[in-house]
Parts: sequence; structure tokens; C-alpha cells
Amino acid sequence: MSITLYVPRDSAALAVGADQVAERIRAEASARGVEISIIRNGSRGMIWLEPLVEVETDEGRLAYGPVTADQVPSLFDAGFLTGGDHPLAHGPTEDIAFFKRQTRLTFARCGLTDPLSLAAYRAHGGLVGLERALTMTPEAILETVTQSGLRGRGGAGFPTGIKWRTVYEAQGPRKYIVCNADEGDSGTFSDRMIMEGDPFLLLEGMILAGIAVGAEKGYIYLRSEYPHAIDTMNRAIRILKDNNILGDDLLNAHKAFDVEVRVGAGAYVCGEETALLDSLEGKRGVVRAKPPLPAHRGLFGCPTVINNVISLASVPIILAQGADFYRDFGMGRSRGTIPIQLAGNVRHGGLFEAGFGMTLGEIIEEIGGGTASGRPVKAVQVGGPLGAYFPPALFDTPFDYEAFAARDGLIGHAGIVVFDDSVDMLAQARFAFEFCAIESCGKCTPCRIGAVRGVELADKAQSDIAASGDPAPHYAIMRDLCETMKFGSLCALGGFTPYPVLSALNHFPEDFSGEPRRQAAE
Amino acid sequence: MAAADEIQSAQQATARAIAGAHSHREGALLPILHAVQEEFGCIPPQTIPAIADVLNLSRAEVHGVVSFYHDFRDTPAGRHVVKLCRAEACQAMGGAALAEQLLEDLDTGWSGTTADGRLTIEPVYCLGLCACAPAAMIDEKPHGRLDAARLTTLLSELAP
Repeated sequence: MSITLYVPRDSAALAVGADQVAERIRAEASARGVEISIIRNGSRGMIWLEPLVEVETDEGRLAYGPVTADQVPSLFDAGFLTGGDHPLAHGPTEDIAFFKRQTRLTFARCGLTDPLSLAAYRAHGGLVGLERALTMTPEAILETVTQSGLRGRGGAGFPTGIKWRTVYEAQGPRKYIVCNADEGDSGTFSDRMIMEGDPFLLLEGMILAGIAVGAEKGYIYLRSEYPHAIDTMNRAIRILKDNNILGDDLLNAHKAFDVEVRVGAGAYVCGEETALLDSLEGKRGVVRAKPPLPAHRGLFGCPTVINNVISLASVPIILAQGADFYRDFGMGRSRGTIPIQLAGNVRHGGLFEAGFGMTLGEIIEEIGGGTASGRPVKAVQVGGPLGAYFPPALFDTPFDYEAFAARDGLIGHAGIVVFDDSVDMLAQARFAFEFCAIESCGKCTPCRIGAVRGVELADKAQSDIAASGDPAPHYAIMRDLCETMKFGSLCALGGFTPYPVLSALNHFPEDFSGEPRRQAAE
Repeated sequence: MAAADEIQSAQQATARAIAGAHSHREGALLPILHAVQEEFGCIPPQTIPAIADVLNLSRAEVHGVVSFYHDFRDTPAGRHVVKLCRAEACQAMGGAALAEQLLEDLDTGWSGTTADGRLTIEPVYCLGLCACAPAAMIDEKPHGRLDAARLTTLLSELAP
């Protein structure tokens, strides 16, 4: 009887040799005369264990990882095809502590199935939300999404139901659904994982949005840095079209919806929704002034829903299971689950989906297991390059939109980058300005020029420190500059660059004073 | 000189054909530019008037779009493109030192090409491989958990 194995095809798994592992397993099985079939699944999100090979056994799926191609013969020798013990064995995949502690709603299927098998998608609860929605009025769908408490997962946290209702009520010659898949924040990869690991889910979410607001065309604006996601999404769209789930009369329900992938061109600022719309229109990715809101006048001047990948991918389960089911997870005004991405210098890096409300300390220490280097954690940056740096002293902050805002931080797209004690926070503050200068669209002065001035100030402070001078006057100007950028910039790029800068200044003054901060690194 | 003119007009004709094939699409310019770059390895400046003409845009508008995006180049890259991540998650795992060493070894700078035209090293700000940092993309193939030795091996395995 043929034995089924799973070797992920997620980019992160490929980056650490999954293709070579799969190839070696095939070669080894054929040399030993064993019949196997390998399914290339998405990632389970335990990236530190990638490539994570799973074997289907009577006791369920058993995990082995991180496997290198060279270790494959020893796995066969140990009888891993029947669950044999081996130093890389972790037992049942879903019993691994990191996995077991999660509440996987959006990522329920990710890593479980072949991402491009529509049969597997259906078998694991896919399309239930869509089928239900097709029996509902648009008002009822909008009400369900609103009642679920879902807020935009791209960073701004705007209530999804209200955004959809605005587009539903807006008048226009046609309406659009735009999926923001320009996931540029360092430390985030949940959009990529869904697109590579469960692409039909995103498409189902977009179709639902289309039905709810009366749009017949959707675009996925996907960054060029994600070639595998682009390929997977294009193939998934083809499959849904072939199966009449996308098209002129989807599921014979007298509704039309079509989706097209548009590839970005390496501009971070196009993750900002209005710059993204300009880019989709074939222009420079320059930020628009608001109002008008995209919901009123978005793509080509038409009413447009623009949502992040995870926001859209969260909708099918809300329609399938009901608003109450989703709303019962979370805390305060942050309802449902959030895929937290643990990255950088962390022992157990990966994607951890949980209800809102865990503390930062629990996430870093218990889930992440501290640093990969084994050194003490010095800082974590939450929410991408425009997010604040938190010191361990603030690790009691619960993961919740409002709690982070109260501490001058943001959840953003829920990426957490961990740094050990060798990090130099003045250098990180400088990088925040440098990044803003590189990626600024140039429309507003505080961002375009402020970022360049910020780099210069950091450099002056650095050279004063090197010359045993007093860098403090530069920081007074830096704070003033941050004030201007925060309140004078048109969008979050210039407006939020002060978060990493000021948090570094406020929480890590020792790195800015010229005290012997290099000791830790040596 | 005549040969150069011939190449130039052939490029213009090709660019015009590419633009024509996409011109019915909404917001066609980015797909066109990607296709032109796919064809020539860059957006040759002399193709800009042809693209502008097909889309009924000014040359300045097309040039403005080409120059805005980091992906578009006006001269072809080296035979292999190495995108090294410079963003925070990779910094936390020693990405900056790795990049510095590579650029020094190759005697080039960011976005520079080695003297033999073999490698172009580009900065990239996040490949979504943040939990297996430091990361790079070499000719569209992702690589993670890099160190100097691994990177050197990967580069040496590339075709000349």
C-alpha cells in the first residue's frame, strides 16, 4: 500500500531545501522499492522546523524536521514511513506545543492540504461560506461581517463590515474589490503563506466581498518579491474559472465575479491603499489625499473595497460559522483571531494564530522560546518597519489594537521581529529613517525631506559619540522632526516612521548616549 | 551605426507589439512594463516613446512610472540577480554583516554588477522569509538561514 508523505512547497520551506528533500525521498523510496506518494502542501507555520516532512500513519500525521536531504536515508533506516523514532521526530504534528496552543481559524487548512486541490479545499470546509452567502441578501452578509467584529488585518484595524457597507451604499458605474497583497513589512509573511498555502480561501473571500457590495471585478495587487505566491494565485484562479466558481455565472447563481492578479514592482509605499490604487491604474505609486475615501472613489474613480489578504481570508469562516462564532474569540474591541508572525532572532519562528489578548511576553518567551542566538532579548519590533520597538519591560502589553496604541505602538500586520542584546538601537533608528527615505513616494515634504534629515541627524549623533562629544542636541531636533513627520505626513510611511525612532530613543537611551553600549556585542 | 539603429527600431517594434497586446486591459502600463523588461532584461529608454504612443500617454508620464519603481531598470542586470534582504528581521540575524562581506568580496556596491557581468547584487526589503533569516532570492529562487559559507557555495553553483 502506498504511503502518503507531505513536503511543503511554501517559499520558506523551499528556501531551506524542501525541493531537495522531496527529491531525495522519492529517490530513496524507489531505491528501496517502497511505494509512496508525496503531497506538496502549504506550511504548517512552524518555520524553524522546515522542511517539515509529515508521514500519514494510523496515528495521524507524524512530523519530522528540520530535514535536510542528507538526512533522508537515515529517516528511512529508522522506519519513519511507519512512524519510526529518529532524532528529528516530533510525534503527531498537531500535538507539537506551538501548534496545539493555536486557534487556527483563518489558517485551519494551511499546511493540511495540497493548496491547489479544489477537492481537498471542499473536503476541509471550503466554499461552505460562499454557498451560504448565495442564499443570503447582501444586507444579511454585510450584517454578519459587521457583527463578527472583524477589523482590517493590514494594519489600520478599520471595521471591515463598515467599509463594505459604505461601498454597498455608494453609487458608481461599477465597483471593485481590491486585495492588498503588497505585504512589505519586514517580519510578516501571513499573506504569503495564505496565498501559497490556501489560495482558494482568499478567492472565496473576494467573491464574498463582491457579492456583498455588488462588485464583479477583483484585483489582487501582489508584490513582485513573491514569485511563488503569484504563480499559485494565478493557477488557483484558473482552477476556479474551470469549475465555474469564478466567471460570468458563478455556481449558477446568476452572479458574476472575476479576479486578476496584478504584480507590483518593488515599491513599499504601494502597500498604502491609495498609492496601490494609483499603481493599479498604471501610474506612479503616489499617495492620494483623503477624502475621497476609496470606498466612495477608489479604483478608476469607482467605489472600491480595498482589504488586506488576511481580512478577506477571514470572511469565509465568518459566513460559514456565523458572526457569533468569530466574535467570541479575542478581547475588547479586537475580535476574532490574528495570525502572529514571529521572526528575526527567535528560536521558534513562524506563524501562530490566536485570539487577541495574549501578552507580548507570552508570545516572545513561551511561544517563541526566546532568541535563536540564546542571548537575552533586548528589543522586539511589532508591526513592521513603521512599528515601535518594545523593551522587555513592556512585555505585559496584551496583543490588542487599543492596548498597543496606548503604549505608543501598533500591531500593524502582526509581525514581531526579535532582536538580541547585540542590536544597536541608534542604528535601528537610523535605518527607520533610511528606509523611509528610500521608499517615500515623494508627494509630501515631511516624509520626503524629513526622512533624509533624520538619517543625517543619526549620523551626526553617531560621529559625536565616536568623538566623545555630546550627541543630545541632535536628539532634540530629531524629536522635533518626528513631531513634524507624525502630524504633517500624508500617509503612514512618513507618519509612522517616528514610531520606531521615538520608541528606540525613549526605551533604549543607553544606546544614544555614547555609554559603552558595544560591550554587549563583544 | 546602422546596426545599432536597426536594433533600436526592432526593439521599438517589439515594445509596440507588447504594448498593443495589453492595451485593452485596465491600467495596462505596469503589465506592459513587466513584459517589456521580461523581453529585454530592462526597459530600453528608446522603447518609451513607443509605449507612450500606444497608450496615448506622454513620454514623461511613462518615464515617470518607469523611474518610480525599484524593479524597473534602464540597462540589463548581470547574468544572475541576487536580491539580498536588508530589512529588520534579516538584520536581527546578521544580514547586514553578510551583505557587507559579500559586496566587499565582489568589489561592488548595492545594485552594482560585478566586473565580469556575472552577478548583480540588489537590496530587497523583505522577501517574507523572516522566520528563516537571513534570506535572499537568487534568480527568483528563495534561500534562507544563510551564512557566508552557504551564500558563497550558492553563488559558486550558478552558471558562469
